[in-house]
Amino acid sequence: MKRFKSRRREGAYAVFEQSEARLLANLAAQVAELLGEGTPDVDRAGQDPLEAMLKLDGPVNEPDDPVLQRLLPPGYRDDDEAAADFRRFTERGLREAKITNARLVIASLRDGGMADDDDDSVEVDLDAAGVQAWLRTLTDVRLALATRLGIDDDEHRWDRDPDNPAAAMHDVYDWLGFVQETLVHAIDR
Amino acid sequence: MTAPSPVELDQPESDEFTDLDTPWVTLVWNDPVNLMSYVSYVFRTYFGHSREKADKLMLQVHQEGRAVVSTGGREEMERDVEAMHGYGLWATCQKADA
Repeated sequence: MKRFKSRRREGAYAVFEQSEARLLANLAAQVAELLGEGTPDVDRAGQDPLEAMLKLDGPVNEPDDPVLQRLLPPGYRDDDEAAADFRRFTERGLREAKITNARLVIASLRDGGMADDDDDSVEVDLDAAGVQAWLRTLTDVRLALATRLGIDDDEHRWDRDPDNPAAAMHDVYDWLGFVQETLVHAIDR
Repeated sequence: MTAPSPVELDQPESDEFTDLDTPWVTLVWNDPVNLMSYVSYVFRTYFGHSREKADKLMLQVHQEGRAVVSTGGREEMERDVEAMHGYGLWATCQKADA
């Protein structure tokens, strides 16, 4: 993959290898799947039926999975009650928005020619909305990988020995950073 | 560039409605993942900051661990926090004097 290039009307364009496209689609699908599950059932007893129908209520507790904790962080630091309220009213929508973005990324890779039985490169052509979905999904995937890799401070260094089982994941993490960096620069002049 | 449209219905009723004098702030916290270019871009896109101000705030987050990125009423700050989480930035809100 080379750098993203800018397009008219805040769009962007880049060409990916099939393997790169499949990798990114796979990671985006994993993040979407993670975000789609693990939503605790909300106790709806005594709840306003209209509110329940409109799904205005949501979970109040932090998710168990560390990746979800990072993707859906608390809105307050030192006020558990306010944090629970904030989560109740925002988490569901945030999950849905992130899933929608991930699906948009996968769709744009398919539109660009990603296919199991194809070796041609994948041409990703994004409009302004597509750029937003890509920026956010690249962020979410990188946050997820970083959490799994234990990247928790700015000075994080890792064992680049190819025999290190995590080395390949680190390479993917670095590559996604490159993809995102070039996308930011393509649209941000 | 489009900014995410706030979902008015999703906002909790403020308990502090009478406390109109105390402003609230949105803080963005440093993390080792988000790119400096992206964070600055988000500050410009969402808050409408100039490049200079966005870069200054981004560097403040990076170097000092956090920065106040917006100030206003509590509901407004919760909208900003929600939007930052949508971008994948780690944000919280609190009273300005806290």
